[in-house]
Amino acid sequence: MAAFGSFALLIALALAAYNLFAGTIALRMLATGQPARISPERLADTARRAGIAGFIAVSGAAFALVWSVFNNDFSITYIMEHSNRALPAPYKFAALWSGQEGSLLLWAWLLAAYGFVLRLTHKTDVKLYAYAGTILAAVQVFFLAVINFAAPPFSLLKGAIPDDGNGLNPLLQYPEMVIHPPMLYLGYVGFTIPFAFALGALMMRYPGEKWIKITRGWTMVTWLFLTMGIFLGMHWAYAVLGWGGYWGWDPVENASFMPWLTGTAFLHSVMMQERKGMMKSWNVWLIFSTFMLSILGTLLTRGGLVSSVHAFAQSSIGDWFMVFLVIVLAVCIFTYILQRSHLKSEQRLESLVSRESSFLFNNLVLLAACFVILWGTLFPILSEYVQGSKVTVGPPFYNRVAIPIGLFLVFLTGVGPLLPWRATSLRAIRRNFVIPSIALWSTVIVCLAVGVRPWKDGSFDAGNFYALVAFAISVGVFTAILSEFLRGAGVISRQTHRNLFAATYLLIRRNTRRYGGYIIHIGVVIVVVGLAGAAFNRSEERELALHDKLPIGPYTLECVGFTQDSNLNYNSEYALLDVYRDGKKQFQITPEKRVYLASQQPQTMVAIHSVPGWDLYVVYEGTNPDTGQPIIKAFLNPLVSWIWAGVVFMVFGTFVALVPSLTPATAALRIPATQPAPSEPALGGGH
Amino acid sequence: MRAASRITFWIKGAQALALAIAVCFSMGASNASSRFNDLGHRLMCTCGCAQLLGECNHVGCTESGRERNELSAAIAAGDSDDQILASFAAKYGATALAAPRTHGFDLVAWIAPFAVFAAALLGTILLVRQWSVGKAKVAAQAPNPAMDALREKIRRETGADNDGGF
Repeated sequence: MAAFGSFALLIALALAAYNLFAGTIALRMLATGQPARISPERLADTARRAGIAGFIAVSGAAFALVWSVFNNDFSITYIMEHSNRALPAPYKFAALWSGQEGSLLLWAWLLAAYGFVLRLTHKTDVKLYAYAGTILAAVQVFFLAVINFAAPPFSLLKGAIPDDGNGLNPLLQYPEMVIHPPMLYLGYVGFTIPFAFALGALMMRYPGEKWIKITRGWTMVTWLFLTMGIFLGMHWAYAVLGWGGYWGWDPVENASFMPWLTGTAFLHSVMMQERKGMMKSWNVWLIFSTFMLSILGTLLTRGGLVSSVHAFAQSSIGDWFMVFLVIVLAVCIFTYILQRSHLKSEQRLESLVSRESSFLFNNLVLLAACFVILWGTLFPILSEYVQGSKVTVGPPFYNRVAIPIGLFLVFLTGVGPLLPWRATSLRAIRRNFVIPSIALWSTVIVCLAVGVRPWKDGSFDAGNFYALVAFAISVGVFTAILSEFLRGAGVISRQTHRNLFAATYLLIRRNTRRYGGYIIHIGVVIVVVGLAGAAFNRSEERELALHDKLPIGPYTLECVGFTQDSNLNYNSEYALLDVYRDGKKQFQITPEKRVYLASQQPQTMVAIHSVPGWDLYVVYEGTNPDTGQPIIKAFLNPLVSWIWAGVVFMVFGTFVALVPSLTPATAALRIPATQPAPSEPALGGGH
Repeated sequence: MRAASRITFWIKGAQALALAIAVCFSMGASNASSRFNDLGHRLMCTCGCAQLLGECNHVGCTESGRERNELSAAIAAGDSDDQILASFAAKYGATALAAPRTHGFDLVAWIAPFAVFAAALLGTILLVRQWSVGKAKVAAQAPNPAMDALREKIRRETGADNDGGF
């Protein structure tokens, strides 16, 4: 199977190279109109077919690796290092992306899969798709070259073949690890598609904004995958790492967050181009940056440039990614300079206080956040270069710099939709902002009254201050969004005599993109409330003998026993803790510590009891070597479940935004015939 | 006269607010446990786990327990926060601090994000204002019916007639 896999990868590289060169020649012939023995259309079609065949070849290689894992073929170095016989089947599947070589193969396979869909749907716009397909082929050539020559997944083990493998990293033996990396990679890789369309459209001086409309679905789906990947990673970190948090500003986390920020900025600013023909250069550079940040993140974490708990082993592939990044940047700059006259804005902003300006400021803040994270991630390298010694840029830096920017962004989330396009009047501002402002300041007063105060023990408490601001802004933004829904639904209700729920449904269906976006914003607000809860985390750590008690918040944990278990994969120790509240037993919680047999690595399995108000999060840290007593650490983390609930809203909102809106004609059909014709302007087209 | 007194009122109000914020920010941590918690979140565990000292809990860590004891001892001895951070940096290297310091080259780490953000914000405001000033000129220009027609055609073709409101 190793030979088959290697051969399939070589074939895939050859097909991608053919796709690139034949596609380039065909497009050049089309552009110059040079006569040739073969028609450019036919040549371009052979290139497209080579791309489709490439997907089959890469799929063959991915299948060969998975087959080898399931058949315990330890003659392959990668399988020996990342699997073992006792590994449960789902984790054997996950072994595909648990190491450098396998994860690059997954990347190449996803890229080929995206390309497969793109090339099959080429009839939407044959020429634009030919450009995009050729650019995609160039990216594929790079990844397949890396896999073939720098990080081959099928390299054979030298010497005697062991009877069993080293096993999968215990940190990765968790259900979410089976879906988190593919989601994240679907996000990273997916941004190649809008990048290819943007670069292709610029190269061919594509008229109008149709390319943006074509790629909107791709971009939103990609953004959705990246969002889910990031939050699944957060949940994995929370449930597995055992430090009570979900985000540590680690370079790998940052690497996933940066393209998300620029991708989010792109999704907002393209609306300006679609409606007003503005910000064309900006949008092109946003999508270029998003793609390059995906590659930079990969370079940072795989090239050993920065140290990270997640980083793959250092290897020479960092140089490959560096060269590729430089080439991509050079191509983007060259194409932009050559074609920049094509990107002139058709209109300009007319007022500082308008929907257009809010999009501009939203973009500015998103990019500022991206810069802060990039700066913090790269500063250790810069410091080492300038001072000769590395420094750590950890959570205190990001908390001080990124949180204020993030809160400003959430504030804009509420302000933007309340501003009309073009310009606004003072009266309109008063009318739209009065209720959200009342909600915001009421929240401040309520928070101060219930004890969320920016001071503690006579000193300023930054955590509480940010939490207070976050709660207040979140309520203000939520009120603003809700008022938008109610205003629109009220008009439809009056027009059609439907009840408010039915009117809201119709309102959303008439403009899924707009109201789907609002639902996503509601999700963001809920996530922000959950994040703000971290300011009130508390923890207790204690050695617990039998029947010892550990009070935390409203709960008291009583140790009622310890037990052990084992299977072919690991040995485990459990603590059995009864949880009491107000003197009554509520439930039992069982934090666990495992030692994996193949790797002999220990791993904590956190026990979490989640309710809307807080999470009771209990870690069995092991035994004190001096006393032999088990050590239990308990956390009470307020509002964590809000984060996961917010993500559900974000995902739902994205699905809503992806559904085509009812056309005015269809919408009219849904109004009962007995109802009077609408007398007010149809909603959904903006203010 | 009334306008002048209103301005004075707002200036005095802003001064009072600034003073209140300054007082809040200038207050230091008051007791040993909150100082331990605060400093524990400004130092890194040096075992290589890339966790904050105050949060390092991984099984078998050989460093965090000893470093926490050192931190407790330094607080008990009455050392200032700066002294404690400096002693950790001297003993374990600059990577023991969880964030860059606020002097020397490290200061650049703190200034650059705000400087870039402020410059970009100012630039954007100036740009929009400049565009706003020139809006009459823009309005005077004849609309481009060809582009409008093309955009309308695209909206029809892509079924995006009414989705641009958001």
